[in-house]
Amino acid sequence: MKMSKIIRFIKKSLIITELEGRKIFHDPTEIFTRAVQPALWLLIFGQVFEKLHPIHTSVSYLEFMTPGILAQSVLFISIFYGIAIIWERDLGLTHKLLVTPTPRTALVLGKALSAGLRAIPVIIIIDLLAVLLNVPLNWHPLQLLAVLIIVITGSVLFSTFSLIIACIVKTRERFMGIGQILTMPLFFASNAIYPIDIMPDWLKVLSRVNPLTYMINALRANMLPAQAGVNILPDIMILVFISVILIILGGLLYKRVII
Amino acid sequence: MDIIVYTAQLCKYFGSFTALDNLTISVEKAEIFSLLGPNGAGKTTAMKLLTTLLKPSSGDAFINGVSIRKDPFKVRSMIGYVPQMISVDGTLTGYENLLLFAKLYDIPSKEAKQRVKQSLEFMNLEDSAHKVVRTYSGGMIRRLEIAQSMLHRPKVLFLDEPTTGLDPLGVQTVWQRILELKKQFNTTILLTTHIMEEADKLSDHIAFLSGGKLAAAGTPGDLKKSLHMKGVTLEDVFIHYTKESADSERSFRETAKERKITSRLG
Repeated sequence: MKMSKIIRFIKKSLIITELEGRKIFHDPTEIFTRAVQPALWLLIFGQVFEKLHPIHTSVSYLEFMTPGILAQSVLFISIFYGIAIIWERDLGLTHKLLVTPTPRTALVLGKALSAGLRAIPVIIIIDLLAVLLNVPLNWHPLQLLAVLIIVITGSVLFSTFSLIIACIVKTRERFMGIGQILTMPLFFASNAIYPIDIMPDWLKVLSRVNPLTYMINALRANMLPAQAGVNILPDIMILVFISVILIILGGLLYKRVII
Repeated sequence: MDIIVYTAQLCKYFGSFTALDNLTISVEKAEIFSLLGPNGAGKTTAMKLLTTLLKPSSGDAFINGVSIRKDPFKVRSMIGYVPQMISVDGTLTGYENLLLFAKLYDIPSKEAKQRVKQSLEFMNLEDSAHKVVRTYSGGMIRRLEIAQSMLHRPKVLFLDEPTTGLDPLGVQTVWQRILELKKQFNTTILLTTHIMEEADKLSDHIAFLSGGKLAAAGTPGDLKKSLHMKGVTLEDVFIHYTKESADSERSFRETAKERKITSRLG
């Protein structure tokens, strides 16, 4: 009984993901536009800082920031996901979905997983850029799989967070404002482009409660040959734990978006 | 006489505002029942309560004997709903829109494909099945939405202003399909509308709401007779029963929404 319930839950979530996936398939332009930002960071910011060498890192600066930029791209894709939720509400799609016999949490997870789907091309693009810039990466299949799982988990986490905000603020204008306020602090209070050691103490504290930091730790351990073997289980567990909490919360709040 | 939808002293408050006040109505099996009334009369609120999108403040309603308060999940598997706004995805094809919803309603995949095909034929959309919905006309979109909400053969179909914003041809075809649904599948249809001609033409029974309250109910013929005048139209009946609240204020958001839909469907 319980097992069949879980299978149904996963099945329904995946149907929602399929629905979103087919949308990307019909209009894949967003994949290319999303490649621009990480390319600028790596090609310009990364190259310049590599030469200037203002930040001391254990590996070359470009190597240090590549996983950071991947995480940043995932964050930027996911954190504005709530806009789509508000848009669907305005259209009427949300009403229709809420009237189907689908658990709300499955709707939330399905949508969140589709943010993960959107992040997959970004992995490929960043890997290609890394090759272009001679950044040594770990190409072991298991490591690549781990990167995929971390990226999807991170996407689920941040897109669900975004969905929750959308369900609370309810209008696009307010959401855009809040989205802007959130992204930069999350990015700067993480170890994406500089190590935690050089941060002032107050920022260190913030970076410890920032899920992005844990995502970046996990990505570094799997992408950089120099960090292979670092135990990432605690990082992954933290990401999954926060995601589960957010999905449950999102399931409770999802219907609020239509009121 | 089989009653399939029954509301018992159904109430909904938003803060101090009473959107729906002690609504008690019953809808017979396989009939078309229209909820009429000015904007803000509580039609959409009633529909949102019956489709489990809102929870009642007090009272209850039963769909095929199942309480919307106690078992909304079960209610959802028995109803179909076409909201006022657009509820199909413009970036997917008509076929995909239907197929994915069939899956959400737990229809086994083999049967789902067959039903989707049948539904598209029934709605005369088979030629456009594999075109992206963005390219559809307003009338085609409405027909696709109705097809989508009929895939699981619901006991009750809720249509919220099904022809708002459609051109005359679109209106005609949607009406024809609604009547056909009732005939072929014995579906009970509960709809809201502002078009009196629509209500007159389609409905077996009508309920007039005014200020959240039930103002009058009956067959279109009985309602017209109740005014004791000659040559009465349903429009006259509407004005007679809903006069007091005709000038009630409505929210900016609601008005904006309605205009947007009209422009999108047009």
